[in-house]
Amino acid sequence: MNEQGGRTRTRGLVKLRDLAAPGQIERIERRLFLKRGLTLGGLAMLTGCDVTDNAAVDKVLWAMSRWNDRVQAGLFSQTRLAPEYPESAITKPFPFNAYYGIDEVRMVDGDAFKLELSGLIRDKKPWTLRDLYALPQASQITRHICVEGWSAIGQWSGVPFRDFLARIGADTTAKYVGFRCADDYYSSIDMETALHPQTLLALRYGNDILPPKYGFPMKLRVPTKLGFKNPKHIMAMFVTNAYVGGYWEDQGYNWFSGS
Amino acid sequence: MADRQHKAGASGEAPASAGWIRIHPLTVRITHWINVLAILIMVTSGWRIYNASPIWDFEFPAGITLGGWLGGALQWHFAAMWMLGINGFIYLAYGIFSGHFRRKLWPVTPRAVLHDVFEALRGKLAHDDLSMYNAAQKAAYLGLILAIIVLVLSGVAIWKPVQFQELTALFGGYDFARIVHFAAMSLVVLIVLVHVAMVALVPKTFPTMITGRARRVA
Repeated sequence: MNEQGGRTRTRGLVKLRDLAAPGQIERIERRLFLKRGLTLGGLAMLTGCDVTDNAAVDKVLWAMSRWNDRVQAGLFSQTRLAPEYPESAITKPFPFNAYYGIDEVRMVDGDAFKLELSGLIRDKKPWTLRDLYALPQASQITRHICVEGWSAIGQWSGVPFRDFLARIGADTTAKYVGFRCADDYYSSIDMETALHPQTLLALRYGNDILPPKYGFPMKLRVPTKLGFKNPKHIMAMFVTNAYVGGYWEDQGYNWFSGS
Repeated sequence: MADRQHKAGASGEAPASAGWIRIHPLTVRITHWINVLAILIMVTSGWRIYNASPIWDFEFPAGITLGGWLGGALQWHFAAMWMLGINGFIYLAYGIFSGHFRRKLWPVTPRAVLHDVFEALRGKLAHDDLSMYNAAQKAAYLGLILAIIVLVLSGVAIWKPVQFQELTALFGGYDFARIVHFAAMSLVVLIVLVHVAMVALVPKTFPTMITGRARRVA
């Protein structure tokens, strides 16, 4: 290839010719070709929108999330307890967290409140707070781990959820327990986790009746799952075999979200 | 096994022309590039996850993160972790059982590492024979392998602080495991940056990780 031949080619190659010592062009060309081939994926990824907005990629990511649900269900064990801590380890003040600000905390009228039950439950009689407070209670000091990464240790007391499910005659062979909340939040958990000995229908925080900011009248405390799987202001619960999802889960947070 | 560096020119998968030697086995090349993609996804999505609750008083610029928001970043992170983990497992198993690690990365002594780092800083990089790593390279590659192992283990510790609570305790508890995870990420990024800078300084090393071949040193 003579000098003239080189110039008639692309501007880029002419530049390369100028820079490169004679005889190196072929090698540089090959290197560039390989480089381009290799970085196509990387480039597409770094340009961001292309990949993250791509429906096919989105589908793969959701499928992987469902796969991770199954893996986490496999890792889960009802005899594997979340670590419990001494009272001195409690985080003070325990952080408020919701999809809205603390000035928008929902106020639920405790006197009028009745927990609604539906789905695969034998005794669907609604429960007043008085009746719930009268049930045998348990207490735990466990670590709340937020999907965002922070964690805080708190103390919750209430009715062991598996006792409550037994009392209301829930079909514990069903797949899911779902929750609807006063703040329009909703979520669902697997039955295995619902029957875990530390899963608690929490009615108190510390020594006090659960305050509004922590989810009055009740919150599901699940120390084996991330914080957003601990719905507050629970108004209704149901047992079902149909996948329910949740407020965050439907937007992309992993459904199982076990710790 | 497939590690043919000492049998240059012998019959093998590569055309054994007289001027070329095979320096990177196919398994190493494939796992290297899968690892590049996996690390790139894990690091950039990890930065986005970090931004949701920064440990220190800084955030990563959104433009260099992956996922668009916390939920998207988590999806990338927990999808690509399988790529990183399975690929890394194959690489480690290959490196250990084929003798690849023993031949290429061992032995490495602190004295030799210091000597070669000093030489490199003086611009006298002892890497003419691409089939042989100098001590600084050995230390960097071993360091990278160890840093990624710590990165993965600390990641598992903060992903499953109940199911793998012993591991989490080993990393000093949940909150400290996050710091370890961050530190290991920083070390990996640092070694990768030096690695890429070195490849830029000695560009002939770049195609060898694709073709596996290098020109024989006269």
